[in-house]
Amino acid sequence: MNFPSFQLLTQSILSGVFIGALYGLVGLGLGLTWGLLRQINLAHFGLVFLSAYLSYHMASVWGVDPLLTLLILPPLFFLIGAAMQWVLARFEITPFNSLLVTFGITVVIESVIQALWTADFRRMETHYNDMKFTIGSLYVPVPELLTLVLSVTMALSIWAVMRYTDWGKALRAMAEDGPIASAFGIDQKGLSLILAGLCAALAAVAGICLALTFTLTPSQIFAWVGVVFAAVMLGGLGSPLGPLVAGIIIGVSEAITMAVAAPSWAPIVSFSLLIVVLLFLPGKIRA
Amino acid sequence: MKFVRRSWMLVTAATAVLAVMSAHAQAPAPLRIGSTLALTGPLSATALTHKLVGEIYVEQINAKGGLLGRKVEWLLKDDQSKPELARTLYEQLVTSDKVDLLMGPYATGAILSAMGVAQRYNKVLVHHTFGIPSLSTYDYAFPAWSIGADPGTTVPNTVFDLLATAPKPPKTVAFVTSKFPSIHFLTLGAREVAKKRGLQEILFLEWDFGNRDFGPIAARIKDAKPDLVWMGDIALEGNMLLDAMKKIDYSPPLHFHTYPAPGPMTMSTEGNRALSLTIFEEHAPFTTYQGAAEFVKVFKERATKAGLPYTSVEVQAAASYTAWQILEAGIRGANSFDDKKIAIWLKKNKVDTIHGKLRFDGSNNYGDDLMRVKQVQGGRWNVIWPQAYAAPGAKLQVP
Repeated sequence: MNFPSFQLLTQSILSGVFIGALYGLVGLGLGLTWGLLRQINLAHFGLVFLSAYLSYHMASVWGVDPLLTLLILPPLFFLIGAAMQWVLARFEITPFNSLLVTFGITVVIESVIQALWTADFRRMETHYNDMKFTIGSLYVPVPELLTLVLSVTMALSIWAVMRYTDWGKALRAMAEDGPIASAFGIDQKGLSLILAGLCAALAAVAGICLALTFTLTPSQIFAWVGVVFAAVMLGGLGSPLGPLVAGIIIGVSEAITMAVAAPSWAPIVSFSLLIVVLLFLPGKIRA
Repeated sequence: MKFVRRSWMLVTAATAVLAVMSAHAQAPAPLRIGSTLALTGPLSATALTHKLVGEIYVEQINAKGGLLGRKVEWLLKDDQSKPELARTLYEQLVTSDKVDLLMGPYATGAILSAMGVAQRYNKVLVHHTFGIPSLSTYDYAFPAWSIGADPGTTVPNTVFDLLATAPKPPKTVAFVTSKFPSIHFLTLGAREVAKKRGLQEILFLEWDFGNRDFGPIAARIKDAKPDLVWMGDIALEGNMLLDAMKKIDYSPPLHFHTYPAPGPMTMSTEGNRALSLTIFEEHAPFTTYQGAAEFVKVFKERATKAGLPYTSVEVQAAASYTAWQILEAGIRGANSFDDKKIAIWLKKNKVDTIHGKLRFDGSNNYGDDLMRVKQVQGGRWNVIWPQAYAAPGAKLQVP
């Protein structure tokens, strides 16, 4: 094993931070619904990819700037998320059943994507693809930097809202003990709809970032499940900052493994890390 | 008089109905050919290509009156990119659907599964894109993708023969590869060939299929400064790696890709001058082969209508069309639908296809290695090696 040059190491770590930020951004909405609504919402991955494809379509076919889609898609997805939550609440779906139901929804979304855009690869070619700058010897690609900025901004904003606003406190109270929170006048149903809408809007933001940096194909939906679940579980369910921190830890640990040892060891290192943390430090990252 | 006329009319009508019924009764039952494709799941990106090709071929055959007087019906099932499901579906096709003949799926895993079933029922299996010939041991299995019996040696030699003609032939190589089975063994073969030819290997990296972050791999390649990057990539991996290289302002002098997704590579700027393998591209001499020009035209129309972003005929479409050509040749040659007779005929004869004349008398029914080297030039793939198959005026482009 040769020790890599400083530039190789720092460039690899930066790459890990960027991919980790995307893990965190995808995991943010998933972790919030899991922790606060007690729903393991696999449809979140489907929504991320649906947003990615819509963003691709708007940019490639209609010529809309991808960043402008940030103003269009999240509000639309807010409505979709709230509607889905209304249906789940209406039929009183249990947490375990939510896994099955939302898995079914994901399969439906995948089929819809395939029907509309075919299973072929789709790449959003925009002027952002070529944008980058250097800091010393480090190359910083703009699309990935945008993902990092959005991921940090979203996580910090939600953390601040949950910590400092009445709405956030109500959400935490609802997650802690729903019936008691209701007895104190908290509107569980309304809050759940808003939170589910917010998480779907976060999925839309993550999808736009995904389309900016990755080539799309419908079956890729399921390729993200393992690593994002790891980030959410490491980061703590319902924690706004945890998935981001955990995602970056996973991304950087994978990147260093790839730079120092063999790329094929990267998943082993990240998932070993997950096992170690779950066994010996449960809840520490969240704390 | 009225009664007589009415009787005559009744008799005439009855005769006509009987004639039609009798004609129907005598028309031979359609020839049912069953197969699966990965219409959904991780391998589905190329399934629509294979589906379109199959539909085109069946239409063309039926327009010519079918096979040995029988119209062809294609019974297609979705194996969801799962080899274990492919096995179940092929079993169903034989035992429950009672198809007359089988057509293979594509991708090595599904083909291996289908081969097991075909072997159990002594059915001929012509398959599309099987990557590891040494595993195709069934006597009635016939490859449409002519990579030869020992592609781990012959294919890299073809590539290095081309590179030896470069103004400044590469002296150092970085081998970076996916661990996807049919890719990995080819890269390992290329390493051996490179060593024998005196090239210096300065980097060897492997990643798991499904890897997302190619930044560190790109940085290591940049650090190693190879003359040639041999990428054992499949589908989008090559694009992702080139993209990661571009982000750190690096462009490899020469880069070879094993099985890249054809469309994205031609459409991206960093894919320019990418080298890869093919059995067919849309230019002479390939377009002069049996049925090729017509197929290229029809495929383009259908692929455009189906909304495919890449509408050119290349490896996947060509292998698929070739598979149907082989089955047709076997049936016509044997003058029978009997699997054994078809297999015997195919082993003894050569078949004219859109990517050349194929033979099946070698090890594991493999014949010649007809893999050519192509390069992205001006947003399209051109074959550049061997010279006899090069697109008019095309030759290796280097930075």
